Amino acid sequence: MAEFKTAAANAPIGEKLMTWVDNRFPATKLYKEHLSEYYAPKNFNFWYFFGSLAMLVLVIQIVTGIFLVMHYKPDAAKAFESVEYIMRDVPWGWLVRYMHSTGASAFFIVVYLHMFRGLIYGSYRQPRELVWIFGCAIFLCLMAEAFMGYLLPWGQMSYWGAQVIINLFSAIPFVGNDLSLLIRGDYVVGDATLNRFFSFHVIAVPLVLLGLVVAHIIALHEVGSNNPDGVEIKAKKDAQGRPLDGIPFHPYYSVHDILGVSVFLMAFTAIVFFAPEFGGYFLEFNNFIPADPLKTPAHIAPVWYFTPYYSMLRATTDFMVNVLVVLVALGAVGAILKGRFGGSAKLGIAIAAVVVAFLLKTFDAKFWGVVVMGGAVVILFFLPWLDRSPVKSIRYRPDWHKWVYAVFVLFFLVLGYFGIQAPSALNERVSQFGTLVYFGFFLLMPWWSTLGTFKPVPERVTFESH
Amino acid sequence: MSDQQVDQGKRTWLIASTCAGVVGGAATAVPFISSFQPSERARAAGAAVEVDIGGLKAGEKLTVEWRGKPVWIIKRTPEQLESLKQTEPLVADPKSERKPAEITPMEATRNEWRSVKPEILVVVGICSHLGCSPTDKLTPGPQPSLPDDWHGGFLCPCHGSLFDMAGRVYKNKPAPDNLEVPPYTFLSDTRLLIGEAKA
Repeated sequence: MAEFKTAAANAPIGEKLMTWVDNRFPATKLYKEHLSEYYAPKNFNFWYFFGSLAMLVLVIQIVTGIFLVMHYKPDAAKAFESVEYIMRDVPWGWLVRYMHSTGASAFFIVVYLHMFRGLIYGSYRQPRELVWIFGCAIFLCLMAEAFMGYLLPWGQMSYWGAQVIINLFSAIPFVGNDLSLLIRGDYVVGDATLNRFFSFHVIAVPLVLLGLVVAHIIALHEVGSNNPDGVEIKAKKDAQGRPLDGIPFHPYYSVHDILGVSVFLMAFTAIVFFAPEFGGYFLEFNNFIPADPLKTPAHIAPVWYFTPYYSMLRATTDFMVNVLVVLVALGAVGAILKGRFGGSAKLGIAIAAVVVAFLLKTFDAKFWGVVVMGGAVVILFFLPWLDRSPVKSIRYRPDWHKWVYAVFVLFFLVLGYFGIQAPSALNERVSQFGTLVYFGFFLLMPWWSTLGTFKPVPERVTFESH
Repeated sequence: MSDQQVDQGKRTWLIASTCAGVVGGAATAVPFISSFQPSERARAAGAAVEVDIGGLKAGEKLTVEWRGKPVWIIKRTPEQLESLKQTEPLVADPKSERKPAEITPMEATRNEWRSVKPEILVVVGICSHLGCSPTDKLTPGPQPSLPDDWHGGFLCPCHGSLFDMAGRVYKNKPAPDNLEVPPYTFLSDTRLLIGEAKA
């Protein structure tokens, strides 16, 4: 509890007002802690724009969402029509709707780049594990938000996309069918499903999302931002206890971020005005046909941001399950022959491998597809403990590590590309290989991240004033 | 705190009241979770559907809605029935033995045609993988997305599962099961009741 302060009798009215407020609410304290005296490393590069851009897109989505709800009707008989009403009859409704639909894709672009930044500079390493974990939870919420929001226009892709994803849950052994019934609220995707998805999309998930964003930022401001060198700036402080390589977030980075915001808004508005459908990637063409429960569109694919995970789902066939059984066996044999474990641990590994192989062959490939798809997101949470490299930033890692990251990103994009394409034999094989690369990158990280010759990390951040 | 003696009486009451609170909270969650279940109205909407198939010619398909799902009624040609012999080694469950209670509830349909009358196929047009509705690929022969020795059947556009002219799933495809055969009854030669199996 702070001491009660009194402003001098001749102090300006503004100071008196702030003293009155600060005695009752820590306004000045919060402002200093999070803006004017939050010291961020001075060597941020363009990758550091995407955090503030994600906040901007969140605000765009919330504001446009509020206005869309004023005209939208969450009713299977009226939903499609009410979206068209917003597009044609509501004054400027088309703009609000296109901002919201483009915002969804923009959110994922910005967040994927933000996550990539964290990946290459080791921003998830100690002591920033919780910053990363809150971030992964935000990513999960975003996926839920995007998926449920996509049902609301009640077009063909909305309907069949939801049908496919909800049916994923029915692949879970024993409880699956009841679970997917509970999610749908009906025996098929219908009015009940639309209503509850609307409720989740506009109330439940955004509340959780906002809470997580606050937690993400509080955790970040507690430990301080990482930087492209992966050097802890708090290690070197001046006489006042300020980091030598830190500059106050406001005004330096608040002004700096205006540049990022300007460039982003140029691209964003260009898409909103000139290519809101973005060639069928941001708004799929089939979604301009009202939902028809009797007819699946000839080609259904999720919106682009889900396609890497969707590819992994499709890749998990009986053949893939057999490959996984072989890999589990090889991994277990390798661990037993080469691993530095005790005898009982090796026995444990052997038993676990047999159990896993047995389970893989017992349940349908369909269920394992769901596990692979979910696991691809869940594995991100464990990144802080998978990376064992002695340095944080890619700048001081062995050069070949850059190739490992490049291959990972390449296959993530390839998986995304094949997730949009129609199923084919080539698609299946490439997706299967890509899935193995994706999981190999993470699961083998404890091993490969320690290999090679690391470069010396400087004492201070590398920075050239301009 | 640490230098104080633990008051066991108080602690017991704290534990007991916390447990009671948890039980109460869990009990309160029940009605909320239960409200996710299908409503009484949704449950009642599962009535049987009567269809007139008098006008259906050989090789034609009729789609009707039953419980919100598409049900296909196909009058198969002799060639299409013949093709089932060739697809038998290619399909995963030729004798409808997997999950019979769910997939083929009627005894009378657990045969090579998966139907009561050999030529009339009645199946729910929903892929057992993730619930898409497969597309007709009735013409045999090589075509895009299909194997070169295609005998006619259905292709699921979502994940590429293949089904033959009896709705039997091909091996090594994402879909684990054959297309579901709903319970149905021939009220007469031309009238079909879908959703109820009368002996």
